[in-house]
Amino acid sequence: MQTQSFPSLSEAETADLRAVAGVAIPADVGFGVPAADDPTILADILATLGRDTGDVRAALAELSVLAKGPFANLDNDQRDEIATAYLAGSGVPARTLGRVMLQAYYRDDRVVRSLGLEPRPPFPKGHTLEQGDWSLLDPVRARPKLWRDAP
Amino acid sequence: MNEKVDVLIVGSGASGAAVAWSLADTKMRILCLEQGEWMKQSDYPSNRRDWEARTYDDFAISPNRRARPTDYPINDDNSPIKVVNFNGVGGSTIMYTGHYPRLHPSDFRVRSLDGVADDWPVDYAMLEPFFAENDRMTGVSGLAGDPSYPPKQSPMPPLPLGKSGARFGRAMNTLGWHWWPSDTAMATTEYDGRAPCINLGHCTPACTQGAKASTDITYWPHAIRAGVELRTRCRVREIVTDDNDMATGVIYYDADGVEQFQAAEMVIMACNGVGTPRLLLNSASARFPDGLANSSGLVGRNLMFHPYAQVFGYVEEPLDSNQGPPLCLWSKEFYETDSSRDFVRGYSFQFGRGLGPVTEAIFSAADGRLPWGKNHHAVYRKLVGRRIGMSAICEDLPEAHNRVTLDPVLKDGNGIPAPRIDYTLSENSLRMMDHGIARAKEILAAAGATNVGVQSPILNGGWHLLGTARMGTDPERSVVNEWGRSHDVKNLFIVDGSIWVTAGGVNPTSTIQALALYIADQIKQRLGTLFD
Repeated sequence: MQTQSFPSLSEAETADLRAVAGVAIPADVGFGVPAADDPTILADILATLGRDTGDVRAALAELSVLAKGPFANLDNDQRDEIATAYLAGSGVPARTLGRVMLQAYYRDDRVVRSLGLEPRPPFPKGHTLEQGDWSLLDPVRARPKLWRDAP
Repeated sequence: MNEKVDVLIVGSGASGAAVAWSLADTKMRILCLEQGEWMKQSDYPSNRRDWEARTYDDFAISPNRRARPTDYPINDDNSPIKVVNFNGVGGSTIMYTGHYPRLHPSDFRVRSLDGVADDWPVDYAMLEPFFAENDRMTGVSGLAGDPSYPPKQSPMPPLPLGKSGARFGRAMNTLGWHWWPSDTAMATTEYDGRAPCINLGHCTPACTQGAKASTDITYWPHAIRAGVELRTRCRVREIVTDDNDMATGVIYYDADGVEQFQAAEMVIMACNGVGTPRLLLNSASARFPDGLANSSGLVGRNLMFHPYAQVFGYVEEPLDSNQGPPLCLWSKEFYETDSSRDFVRGYSFQFGRGLGPVTEAIFSAADGRLPWGKNHHAVYRKLVGRRIGMSAICEDLPEAHNRVTLDPVLKDGNGIPAPRIDYTLSENSLRMMDHGIARAKEILAAAGATNVGVQSPILNGGWHLLGTARMGTDPERSVVNEWGRSHDVKNLFIVDGSIWVTAGGVNPTSTIQALALYIADQIKQRLGTLFD
């Protein structure tokens, strides 16, 4: 598998991304979770942009247009108003920006633990699945055949 | 210079692997050319913390998104359903769910029974021994006694019902509707060197445990031990024919992009319902100006996908989410034609367990269910782990205007024209999907689910690529005969989903492989007169 290299975001774009992430997925003390602009999570987002870099860069440019300047220069209420409305849109850049934040956020150890899940990949431990009540099939077994005879 | 072989198979996926294994006992020299590579289980997504994110990257189901060097692009802009596949040893069995129903007896007789499309030149009874043989080779798990099928017995016990399956089972019993644990291509016990399923849950983008039956770990080890050669990173450009209208071999590009010729006594195509017509159309010549084996004009036509209508909802208690194989049950309550409905033929329901945390967040944010900002966390916690859903997998009838052609502009990494898809949903399919959505909502209500969502059709749902080189006895109305041989080129065979006459309403891999084994058996029985 060949690996491609992608240009990283500029400092200004990174500042805008941090500002968007902070309001899109804010911290919540009650649930014990950080915001998506947490340094560890933001670093994960930046490190894994990969083939999405172009769309994320386009999204940040669109947000700057809506902000009439650098998005990071807005106050928190303005950021919240513009970013949440923008991310709810259906454009490819907006959807991609939302996705890359969610991908990194919901694999963060602290966030995963807050959901009652173990922060680990599925392999090698796997999961336990209960058998369930097989007697539920009794009424189905009692049915006549459903399949049609074919000439 | 490559030495001439007796049998050249193009493609190592579901059908190519089966036919290679079956023909190996003839002791002929058999070579399979595969454009992809051997996969390594240690590279699969469920080894890593970014296991869900990789479904948008190197394990995306869309070849256009995945864009590995071993993939070819597909122009499916003019289709509401996008093609999904995988290119590697094992083909798309690397990236399928392993949901493994057979076609039903009525599926082979749709003209006789329901007055639509055409009957197949083979039937369920003819394929039955090959279904059984394929179940044994694949290692199928299931439960005997399903009243929706003729009697059959899987080699291994079924997957657990789990919380999600039991909840659906109770709901279906309340409604009085059929349901049954699915036949799956998952090992539930140690089987033929494979480890049993441990519920990694992330089955579709390749199984790290090796419990899912992709052909790189089922048929291929046996075929190779029996003497079949499998040559990877070989992308076939065209099939070459002589003045007697016989195939002499293929031209392919090797891993270095160097053009090669491989001579063969016979060629077997196993490239799926998009790759096979692409290659036939790209093999046009002075003697075959409209593409190889295309005197009927049907190569590439009658593409069938299986439109999926997906319906889901949320319940109060946490269920199985991603912590088990995603598909667990099927229902055939609405499978057979019912004249009281406003459509002909029918569909299966396949029931899903749920989604992982990242996927749930992405899907729910995309459809507006999960807000951004201050309410994000409270809403998310009512969604994650609580989704249950199902899909109506609808029979797509053949229509000549649904087709695969060669794109005039788009090309793959070797400069070979890419396939172009033109496809529309029929009125019959749309009515069938609406029926499925309405019934699914009743099932979800009976299961206690609310907050119901619908995706119809599933956009990236073109898993099943069927019908584009159909089989039949009439050379004017089919591409291959009743045992898979081209009507026009008598040493050219097709064994993949292209040759299907109709689609049924089930995942096709089991029947594709049984049909490939049947054709291999026919070849073996006719060796003395094979090209007459």
